[in-house]
Amino acid sequence: MTTTTIAGHAVDVNEEGFLTRPEEWTEDLAPELARLIGLELTDAHWALIRFLREDHAAQGETATLRRVSTRTGTPVKTLFTLFPGKPAKKMAYVAGLPKPKGCV
Amino acid sequence: MTSRTRNLVVLGAGTAGTMIVNKLRRRLPADDWAITVVDRDDVHDYQPGYLFIPFGINEPDQVRRTKSPFIHAGIDLVFGEVERVDTAEHEVLLAGGRRLPYDQLVIASGTTPRPDQTEGTLGPQWHREVGEFYTYDGALALRDQLDRFTGGRLVVHITELPIKCPVAPLEFTFLADDWLRRRGLRERTELVFVTPLDGAFTKPVASRELGKILEEKGVHVEPDFMVERIDQDRKVLVSYDEREIAYDQLVTVPLNMGADFVAASGLGDELNYVPVDKHTFLATGHDDVFALGDASNIPTSKAGSVAHFSVEVFVENFLEHVAGRAMTHSFDGHANCFVESGHGKALLLDFNYDTEPLTGHFPIPKVGPMTLLGESRANHLGKLAFRHVYWNALLPGRPLGLPAEMSMSGKNPA
Repeated sequence: MTTTTIAGHAVDVNEEGFLTRPEEWTEDLAPELARLIGLELTDAHWALIRFLREDHAAQGETATLRRVSTRTGTPVKTLFTLFPGKPAKKMAYVAGLPKPKGCV
Repeated sequence: MTSRTRNLVVLGAGTAGTMIVNKLRRRLPADDWAITVVDRDDVHDYQPGYLFIPFGINEPDQVRRTKSPFIHAGIDLVFGEVERVDTAEHEVLLAGGRRLPYDQLVIASGTTPRPDQTEGTLGPQWHREVGEFYTYDGALALRDQLDRFTGGRLVVHITELPIKCPVAPLEFTFLADDWLRRRGLRERTELVFVTPLDGAFTKPVASRELGKILEEKGVHVEPDFMVERIDQDRKVLVSYDEREIAYDQLVTVPLNMGADFVAASGLGDELNYVPVDKHTFLATGHDDVFALGDASNIPTSKAGSVAHFSVEVFVENFLEHVAGRAMTHSFDGHANCFVESGHGKALLLDFNYDTEPLTGHFPIPKVGPMTLLGESRANHLGKLAFRHVYWNALLPGRPLGLPAEMSMSGKNPA
């Protein structure tokens, strides 16, 4: 675990660059985190990021791709368009959350 | 104080449900508690046996029994389709209008493969070129299908996690490799393992060890593949990000979901699993509803071993709970999975909520006879022998002498 500076904030990240302390995340970090993985945030991205933050605060864990899709009414295909390749991981990354526990 | 007989209703007479009613019948006086268990039919399958049917290692009659003889005297076994649980009225509604009032309810209705949830799966080639081994019929159909297989691309595919027995697709792949070699078809077959995960398995140490075995066996792994649909005409799997994987014979593991009545009752999450306290199995927001076995959302494997260990903890807690006391036993997520690796060998994984599968020996530290996360003949024999233990000791609720709580002795920390 290392400390790095993103958008002027000192944050703790793990070896994959995910924030390890969700409480260190603020909305002004998101565009910079997105830029680091080649994304530019639109309103559609923001709606999902805010859902992820709220859901994590309520549930204590990061929503899976299916949960995001079901709860926000966003087709999985759209999630792949907005966050290409690995949407579950990319959404969590931008939202400053641990990657979802794929399962067990 | 006047007393009336209270009702315990258990939905599902599979591994968890059967053990629960048998164990509780012995512990709850018949004057105080009536016990009813509901299931849709009188068939009980030893599900771990499905894996062996396509390769002729288990015969169909070894994995299927009549359910009712496993339900002990003094327990009312009701056949019917559960429509809904009315948690406000504390009643279970069955199709046809019958109502079962409950004082305590246990949901043990498991998880089911749902091929209908992925477009193109239930086409004309379902149970033919698009096979599966998570049902009795599917395992039998796949046996016939493999019998006709003469080489090409054999693709083993996981749709989405969680699935029942998450190691089974890997075991299928290992056994297929062995089977193809024995038939002289291995060189004419490309064996491909397709997963939505970024590696062979969900837990890092095990993923590395199992990944090594896949590599040794020349299996090509396609990670991070989220299937959108199956195109049976073109014989390809298509992902959401528009990658395609061609197959000649596909062995898919469909999306797994909890029972539909769970959703209809407002008791489920997005996959119809009942959110529960992971240490006590009490459903979130309820004082008289529990969920055990594959039906709950606890973050450990959906597996018979977990059902077994959790029932041990649940029974003690339940007795405290209905006596109006605090539940003092806590489930640690203990799971114990044999992984067939082919050539008469198997690995054994032992893990819980906090500790991932480690190397070492089980159940006796440093002695075994079974090795953890390493291939051995003893593990394979242990796995095959477990079918007898299941029918003769586990379902009747006899003690097996395996601790419910995971122990760290004899294990090598990662």
